[in-house]
Amino acid sequence: MSVLEVVGDVVAVVLLLLGALLCLTAGIGLVRFPDVLTRMHAGTKPQVLGVLLIMVAGAIRLQGWSATWMLLLVAVFQLLTAPVSAHMISRVAYRRRHVRRDLLLVDELRADDELRDRVYRGDEPADAPPGEPGQTLAERSGENRNPRDERG
Amino acid sequence: MTVVYWLAYGMLGGGAMLALVRLGRGPSLLDRVVATDTLLVIIAAGLAVHAALERDPTVVPVLVVVSLLAFVGSVSVARYIGGMLLSSADDGQDVGLPEAAEEARAAEVDR
Repeated sequence: MSVLEVVGDVVAVVLLLLGALLCLTAGIGLVRFPDVLTRMHAGTKPQVLGVLLIMVAGAIRLQGWSATWMLLLVAVFQLLTAPVSAHMISRVAYRRRHVRRDLLLVDELRADDELRDRVYRGDEPADAPPGEPGQTLAERSGENRNPRDERG
Repeated sequence: MTVVYWLAYGMLGGGAMLALVRLGRGPSLLDRVVATDTLLVIIAAGLAVHAALERDPTVVPVLVVVSLLAFVGSVSVARYIGGMLLSSADDGQDVGLPEAAEEARAAEVDR
């Protein structure tokens, strides 16, 4: 066993332990944080950095290029897909008001809050335009009621 | 090497258990989506740790499948929740506020 292999093993083990530690912190953050956005903040820690560290460790430990390329594919795939899914989940979470607004420091999507809190029940469809909640709700209920009346 | 085994699998298992706790308790569907996403990532990390510690490259293709599955699952459930109440009675007004909104309202009342 040459010196280079020993150094490679030590680096790989350190990276593995760091990645596992990130997974543990993700679990702790998921349990302790108060709402969807903060839980997602904690839960996506291992999604990019942890997986990247563990993939580098695996690429060091595994022999042969085929495994290395596949691990690189997984890492690139995580980098591409993590922002997309986080964006979709957080958008739906904001629109459905699974967000503790009193804990937000900056809320750039907030229109005028009084009208919005009165009209939006938190169950509006995700494609409802945020600007005119009252009009949207009225139109939606009108659309939903008319066919039923004609049918009944 | 045994110490590394125990440490790595212990931390991964602890993270997976805590994600399962959030999956069971989570007040809203979106919390469960986030917990499932994290759980799948932790499972992928565990497979990769196994591959690295055993020098066993047979589980590496499984990693690709698991990461694909996590992405497709979370995106499809998020879209499902986004359009969920389009067909509900009375435009979903009978369902009431989500729990986070109730908590925010309670906090405002306390203040």
